[in-house]
Parts: sequence; structure tokens; C-alpha cells
Amino acid sequence: MKMKFNSALRNFVLVLFSTLLISACSTAKKANVDTVDDVYTGTDTVEFLAKGVPDRIFFATNKSSLTTKSRDTLRKQATYLRKNKDVTVTVEGHADERGTREYNLALGERRANAAKDYLMTYGVSGKRITVISYGKEKPVNPASSPLAWSQNRRSVTIKTN
Amino acid sequence: MKKTILTFLIFLISFGNANSLIKVDITRGNLDPLPIAVSPLHIDNSSENLKSLKDQKLGENISIIIEKNFKSTGLFNPLKKNAFVQKPDIAHLKPRFEDWRLIKAQALVTGKILVKDKKLKVEFRLWDLTAAKEMTALSFTTTPSNWRRVAHIISDKIYERLTGETGYFDTRIIYVSETGPKDQRVKKLAIMDQDGHGTKYLTLGNELVLTPRFNPTNQLVTYMSYFKNMPRVYLLDIETGIQEVVGNFPGMTFAPRFSPDGKKVIMSFAKDGNSDIYSMDLETRVVEKITEHSAIDTSPSYSPDGKYICFNSDRSGLQQIYVMRSDGTGVKRITFGDGLYGTPVWSPRGDLIAFTKVRKGRFYIGVMRSDGTGERLLTENYYQEAPSWSPNGRVLIFYRETKSDSKGKGFSAKLWSIDITGYNERLIKTKTDASDPSWSSLLSK
Repeated sequence: MKMKFNSALRNFVLVLFSTLLISACSTAKKANVDTVDDVYTGTDTVEFLAKGVPDRIFFATNKSSLTTKSRDTLRKQATYLRKNKDVTVTVEGHADERGTREYNLALGERRANAAKDYLMTYGVSGKRITVISYGKEKPVNPASSPLAWSQNRRSVTIKTN
Repeated sequence: MKKTILTFLIFLISFGNANSLIKVDITRGNLDPLPIAVSPLHIDNSSENLKSLKDQKLGENISIIIEKNFKSTGLFNPLKKNAFVQKPDIAHLKPRFEDWRLIKAQALVTGKILVKDKKLKVEFRLWDLTAAKEMTALSFTTTPSNWRRVAHIISDKIYERLTGETGYFDTRIIYVSETGPKDQRVKKLAIMDQDGHGTKYLTLGNELVLTPRFNPTNQLVTYMSYFKNMPRVYLLDIETGIQEVVGNFPGMTFAPRFSPDGKKVIMSFAKDGNSDIYSMDLETRVVEKITEHSAIDTSPSYSPDGKYICFNSDRSGLQQIYVMRSDGTGVKRITFGDGLYGTPVWSPRGDLIAFTKVRKGRFYIGVMRSDGTGERLLTENYYQEAPSWSPNGRVLIFYRETKSDSKGKGFSAKLWSIDITGYNERLIKTKTDASDPSWSSLLSK
């Protein structure tokens, strides 16, 4: 319910933006510190590919588009991978538990590929990146809450060598 | 798994006059189930190992399974045996109808067992107590170890005689057994009789397995496995245990199902972030691409005549259900209701498509006609999905998950069934938590 509330709120915010009532935006963001526009922005579950290089990015419900923060994280990963040419990675795509299993497998694959494509744009050879989707099968946070779901909607870049 | 095909010799002894006899209407919720008495099957005195048969209470045990089957339909009310007024052997010859009517029974099942030359011979009769007539009588010959299936076959024959529809008791369910904490689930393929008896595990749990589905003859299962971290569609021969990957796809294949003739597997193949639907001919190994769209296309299911495929796509922006011809032409969206739709499965009767609907954070199992009209939501819950049809198209089995607390505790996954009337929702007991159920066709046709 909270999740839906958030997305309703987001739409509301967009409407307000269009009418230039920007002050409403900061109110919306304060409502849940750890998610902005349904995307997790906290650091609780985040691990590191290398020093200063977060391993994961987060997604909105049913979405696979990259946020500004996600792009920033992926550019850091790309920089690290360009410097360390012998490193190969697997990008795991995941979904939250609030969707049907088969669709979530496809969604996880789409999310992982969104990350892979971005890494490739920043000069990492596709041959160094394996993609795997786990759908909703491997939650990082097993709770049934909007916060847990936002932490589970993720793609994680893991070294494979 | 040992031998799966068991031969049954079935003889029709007689059929009563179909007119004017009891008829149970299964097209609507039945609030007034038919009172039925199932007499313990009488053990013939010329049987081998007579004492042992009597000690095992074989005749009574068969009758108890029949009662349980009947009760699970919600259509019948099996009466308590302590009220029974006639000995099994005498009732089987000819019941005193007026005595059975006194205990308010409207139908009576009687039977006899004979074990000779290592064969189990069973005969049973169904009596209409109101009309004072025999409705049907059959006899079977099989091996004694098959006695549970005998009970299921008798149940099917009686169900068929009383409702006019084929039964679904001599069937199995394949599903994914789940154990362990929510974030470290161990999943195995498991198979059991429709009534939860005889659970067997078909994989060891070393790798994640999902979405098993039977082929039309129930000998093969197609499912998804993460063996060696390569998520692919597999085939498993239940009898031999031999597994093989379906096709040679350079990426994840998932959401498999057999075609109604069993010759093809239809599934999704994900490549570069896009999932499309493919089929593979199991004999020729020819792979056919059926959908070509930048959106997610998944969860394909053939119509029983094999001419159409319903599937799930988010090409409109959100998950909806579509129907197309089986060659991929004529794609048509059929769901326009409020919310998301997934997991379409075509009824074995061809008339309906079952689905999962997500609306306002709640999950529904529903049915609609194959053109998308006549949507009926049968059950609502926190989380449930993946309906599978009983072979007669009257009952759906699906799985339901509960909400967990902040530590992931309180989580469970269970199998449930519901009639397409929306009545008779039931928990299907499994040895472990369970998900992704798939109902077999009738084992003896």
C-alpha cells in the first residue's frame, strides 16, 4: 500500500512540478528518507566492488531505467573496470516479491542489462560482463515492507575472478 | 521414481438409466452438498492373505480415500460410517434403500475386493437411494500396491456419473518444495498425489528450480533450473530421472510449457534485456521465434487445440494479457481492467483463461473468457499467483505467500485450490512449503 502511495505521491509531485510549486517536492522527499521516487537511496545493503565503488544500483517498481545516482555509481564501476582490465564481472538483476515470478525473471534480466549497457557505454567490453537474472528469488532484505522491496529491486555487479 | 504407467483393466458392468437419477450441478457454488454414504469395501473371503487384508483394513481405507476426495469437492457430504445400517457385503449385493434413506443418504457406494494370483480385483457400485436403483457398476484389476489409485479411480467414476463431468482425483501435482529462511530458500521439484499422499522429491536442492509443468502424458516435466548458474529450461523424465537442457540458447530461457500435443516446449528467451517467446520442437529440435517485440513477452500458454497462445507482455507499458495465433500473428490485447495481469493459463476445456491480477497492492486469481470478457475474480490475498487447471477445468490450484516481518519471519508459501465458481477454497497440505503447482492430466484415461 505504501509503495502505491509513494507512486501516487510521485505523480502528484510531477503535477506540482509542472505548476512550478517546487516547495512541495522537498516535502515529498522528507516523507521517506531512504527512497526517492520509489527508488532506494540509502546505503544499508550496499557493498563495494572496490574502495569507493558501490556494487549496486536500485530501481523503481516495474522499472529498469537508471537514475542519476545509478549512473554515477555505474560510471565509478566503469572507471574501476577500465583500470583493472583483468577483472570480469557478473551483473545480477533482481526484482521485489510483489510481482509474478516469470515476469520478474524477465524484469531482473532487463535491469541487469540496463546496467551492463551503461558500463559498455563507458568503455567496458561486453565480453567482461556476464548477466544473470534471479527475479525475486534472492531478496537481500527478506522483510515484506516498501523499504525492503526498494532494497531488493537492484542490480549488483560482482567480480567473477 | 518407479514405474509410472500402470495398467488398469476396467470393465463396465452396468449402467443405470441416466434419466431421472441424481445429478449434481457443478456449475455453481453448491451450498447443499449431496449426502453420500461410502460403505467400506467388503473383502472377499476367497482372497489370498485374507487375514492380512483384513488387518490392513484395505476395504475401509479405500472407502476413506473416496470420502476425502468427495469432501474436497464441496459438492458431496460423505456421511459418518457409524450411522451405517447395513453390512458392506450385504449392501453391495442389494441395499435396503429405505434404511439408507433413514440416515438421509441420497447416494450409496458399495464395493468388493478380491486378491488372487497377486492381482487386486475391485468392484464397486453406485446406488441412487431415492430412485432405488443402481446407477453404475465397474470392476478393475490391478496390482495390490496400487490400491490408493483404485480409490481415486472409483472417485473419478462416481464424480463423473453424478456430475456429468470427468473427475480429477487420479492425478498428481508437481510443485516446488521450499525450505529454509526466506532469503536462502532451498527449492526442489516435488511430486505428490492430488490428495497430498506419496510425496517424492525429484531434485536434490543443489540448484534453484522453478515452474515445473507436466507434458500431456505426465511422463515428462519441463521446468527452469539454475544448474551451474545458467538459468535454462530443462526436461525431466520422471521415470528415468534423466534431465536435459531444452535447446541451445545463449542466455536465460524460462516460463516453459508443453504444447497440447506434447511435441513442443514454448518458453521465453531473454537476450540483451529483452524477453521474447520461442518454441522448440522436441523431435526435430527446430526453434521458432514467435514474438518479436522490445517489451517483455513471457508466460506463454497454448489453447487446448494448439491454435492460439495467450501470454503476458508489458508492451503497453504495464503487464497485460495478450492472445495470438500460435505462429505469432494476430496479437491482440485482451485485458483492459484496472491493474496488472500476469500468468495466463488456458483452460483444458478451452473456454476460459485463468490469470493473476495485481491491483492496489492486492493479488487476485481470476478467470475470463479467452477474448477477455466476463472477468471474474475468485480470490483475493496479500500474495498469490500461478494458477494451474484441474484436468476437467473446474478447479484451479495456485500458491499463496504470507507477509513477513522485518526479519523475514512469518513467511510461508502454500498451495491452495479454488473452484472456478469462486467457492470451495482449500489449503492443499504439503510436506514442506510449496509453490508453482502444476496439475497433471488424468493418469488413467
